[in-house]
Amino acid sequence: MFRGERLVFRDVGFAVPAGGALLLRGPNGAGKSSLLRAVAGLTPLAAGRLLWNGEDALDDLPTHAKRISWLGHLDAVKLALCVGEHVAEAAALAAMGLESFRDLPAKLLSAGQKRRLALARVIASKAPLWLLDEPTNGLDTRSIAMLGAVFAGHLQAGGMIIASTHTPLDLPEARTLNL
Amino acid sequence: MRRLLGRELRLAWRHASDTAAALLFFVIAATLFPFALGPDARTLSAIAPGVVWVCALLAALLPLDRLFGADFEDGTLDLLLLSGLSAGGVVSMKTLAHWLTTGLPLLLIAAPLAVMLRMPAEAVPMLLLTLLPGTMLLSLLGTMAGAITLGARRSAVLMPLITLPLMIPVLIFGCAAVTSTHPQAPLLMLAAMLVLALPLAPLAGGAALRAAAE
Repeated sequence: MFRGERLVFRDVGFAVPAGGALLLRGPNGAGKSSLLRAVAGLTPLAAGRLLWNGEDALDDLPTHAKRISWLGHLDAVKLALCVGEHVAEAAALAAMGLESFRDLPAKLLSAGQKRRLALARVIASKAPLWLLDEPTNGLDTRSIAMLGAVFAGHLQAGGMIIASTHTPLDLPEARTLNL
Repeated sequence: MRRLLGRELRLAWRHASDTAAALLFFVIAATLFPFALGPDARTLSAIAPGVVWVCALLAALLPLDRLFGADFEDGTLDLLLLSGLSAGGVVSMKTLAHWLTTGLPLLLIAAPLAVMLRMPAEAVPMLLLTLLPGTMLLSLLGTMAGAITLGARRSAVLMPLITLPLMIPVLIFGCAAVTSTHPQAPLLMLAAMLVLALPLAPLAGGAALRAAAE
């Protein structure tokens, strides 16, 4: 896979079963985010295939997009909108401890709270595959513990998680892919 | 799709000053002409259609720079591309939002401006009739240019350089329809250009959007 002219990585193979999780590890610039973007279909693969239930997933990008919930390294929070306008579902907000901020404009949130809001949007999406780029960035230990419970619930329901991280994540069953 | 559009409109409403800036620019730019040329009714009414058209064109360019720029910077663009809409669908939605928040208000405010420029009252409906496809074309081509220049270092400069040459035929036929005694032919040309741009501009914009998100 290339970013611009640069070869980021090659010969990467992995499989994630339903209810399984995969952690991407590696030094800065190893291509963790690039791999996530490729799995999301945002960046094309130079060679190789991405299969979903045995079929090429990248053939039909809009359909593939519906299977995915994306958390990039940016939070995609609009400062002019309030919390409830980003995520309407109360259960998702509660899972990230944001239920009392529903009517607060997003510009009043701290960096960690914005990250939690972005995570709440992932929870509310109901997509089976979560692609998370450094999900714990800026979170305090309490929020990371909440996130662990959310992850466990998602995997138990048959969902899948691929996350890049350099901090320990509470995903006991997860396999690790070193880039 | 409707949810995305609603969100766009809500954001435009919250950033009302940005939206109003294009309108105020339109009013002020058109008002400068009587000051520069004098209040002579004959001169003014002769240039009125052209002035209104050109000023509307320039005013509609103002919000284009932030149309995708803001989403690109805060990471929303990735979410838009992963919303299950095709990239062309995302561009169409942005085009519609641009027309509703900029094109349509410009169209509405063009009538009093034309009267202020001593345009004969019976010609005003024809002006508005030409501006209807005109502003739509501007939204279509402008949004496309916005997607193409996304991520470029001087996108605010590049965008008019792409959009304005493409708008020249629209300007020619738009103004011709207002001044001509047989407006049907230029009006049909405008409609033809709209029909051509309606599928092509979002398609090209969508491809540019995907390339920018890479």
